[in-house]
Amino acid sequence: MSKKLIAKNVNVFYDQTHVIKNVSLEIDANSVAAFIGPSGCGKSTFLRLYNRMNDLIEGFRKEGDVLLDGKDIYRNDMRVEDLRKKVGMVFQKPNPFPKSIYENVIYGLRIRGVNNKNLLDETVERALRQSALWDEVKDNLKKSALALSGGQQQRLCIARAIATEPSVVLMDEPASALDPISSAKIEELIYELKSQYTIIIVTHNMQQAGRVSDTTAFFYLGELVEFDTTKKIFMNPSDTRTQDYITGRFG
Amino acid sequence: MSHLDSEIKNLKSEMLEMFTLVRSQLEKSKVSLIQLDKDLAREVLVNEKRVNGFELKLDRDCENIIALFNPVAIDLRFVLACLKINSNLERIGDIAEGICQFVLNIKLEPEKSLLETSRLVEMFDTSIIILQEVMEAFDKEDTKLARSVFKKDEILDEINLNANQAVSDFIRANTERINQSLYLLSTIRKLERVGDQCKNIAEEIIFYIEAKVLKHKTQAQKQAE
Repeated sequence: MSKKLIAKNVNVFYDQTHVIKNVSLEIDANSVAAFIGPSGCGKSTFLRLYNRMNDLIEGFRKEGDVLLDGKDIYRNDMRVEDLRKKVGMVFQKPNPFPKSIYENVIYGLRIRGVNNKNLLDETVERALRQSALWDEVKDNLKKSALALSGGQQQRLCIARAIATEPSVVLMDEPASALDPISSAKIEELIYELKSQYTIIIVTHNMQQAGRVSDTTAFFYLGELVEFDTTKKIFMNPSDTRTQDYITGRFG
Repeated sequence: MSHLDSEIKNLKSEMLEMFTLVRSQLEKSKVSLIQLDKDLAREVLVNEKRVNGFELKLDRDCENIIALFNPVAIDLRFVLACLKINSNLERIGDIAEGICQFVLNIKLEPEKSLLETSRLVEMFDTSIIILQEVMEAFDKEDTKLARSVFKKDEILDEINLNANQAVSDFIRANTERINQSLYLLSTIRKLERVGDQCKNIAEEIIFYIEAKVLKHKTQAQKQAE
């Protein structure tokens, strides 16, 4: 399996605070990686490195390399807009735009100037089908996205993220605000999507990490304590800190 | 102590009760056979229902912990090991019951010379010691003690292997005691199975504590791991 994302000796600082400490991590293409760890351990900061979402945070400074398909995404000639076409993101709280379902899905294409009606229609259907939302909304594409349920809104956000055909999708606790049924749909979706995308999911739900991911990284106090197959992490972790965390005996 | 911790502690103490009950069944089956104590044999048969009931309760407790607490890592290994150990213990209970059925079927006290040449008493004692040791290994999470069981089980295998000759020699000289001799030979086979069940239990203890799988490995491979 080829390595989609490679981080080499990455350190992150917010002013003087050292939040990511010398982390190296390689993620296979078409796999799902879960980042777990207590609040404030640096997992979301690390996730956001992959689409340069930290760049605008005051005092942010990074050392080390982050490579997508072997190329440094922090190089000078890398345009953030181009990077984010390749690396989509879904957040904890569904954040659809106050527009129609249709316009939400094609938002990424619109801002890149795509106006071909056929292409846009095809994209909407493909992205909504891949997000397992098509059957529920196909007759109401002009309806406001805000009228959808929370679970539907989150699937719409996933559709919006994959409409631009990225190769990586980052998910920051994508199901934590959803009921078990919607949450299960998102998990099914992640499983379906990994044949086409490389997915990284930050989650506080240990069982969810176990169910959806191929590999799991445990972060603690800015360090990557352990990165291994999810089966190994949840059956026989090597580090006692990992064991204490996943078995709920931390601190 | 977290809720899961207290559930696991409770499960462990119930497992130890099951160990104690099954060990007592095996001890009683020994006394009832050697002394031809039919009342004691009947007591074992009655208690076998308790063993079966306990097995079902422990299974249910394990299922509940898995369903309600989603244990992982060492907690999950512990619950999985308990499920299997529980079933091994229940089988040892069945073996004690089977021996006591023989006791009810035979008429004469077992011949002393046959007990000696077949080494049946030694076999009973060794299997009870092995069961006691796996119980201690489980209680104290002592994998060294669990490993020592693999070696001791070889004694049972050796007695079992030599028993055929001892019993057939005895039958030739005592044709009126054929039935009893065959029952004794069958008891020896059953006790050999107790050793195997204890070996399985020892493997589960090592799996739960060290996350190593020793099943289907040779004695040399087991000692090396």
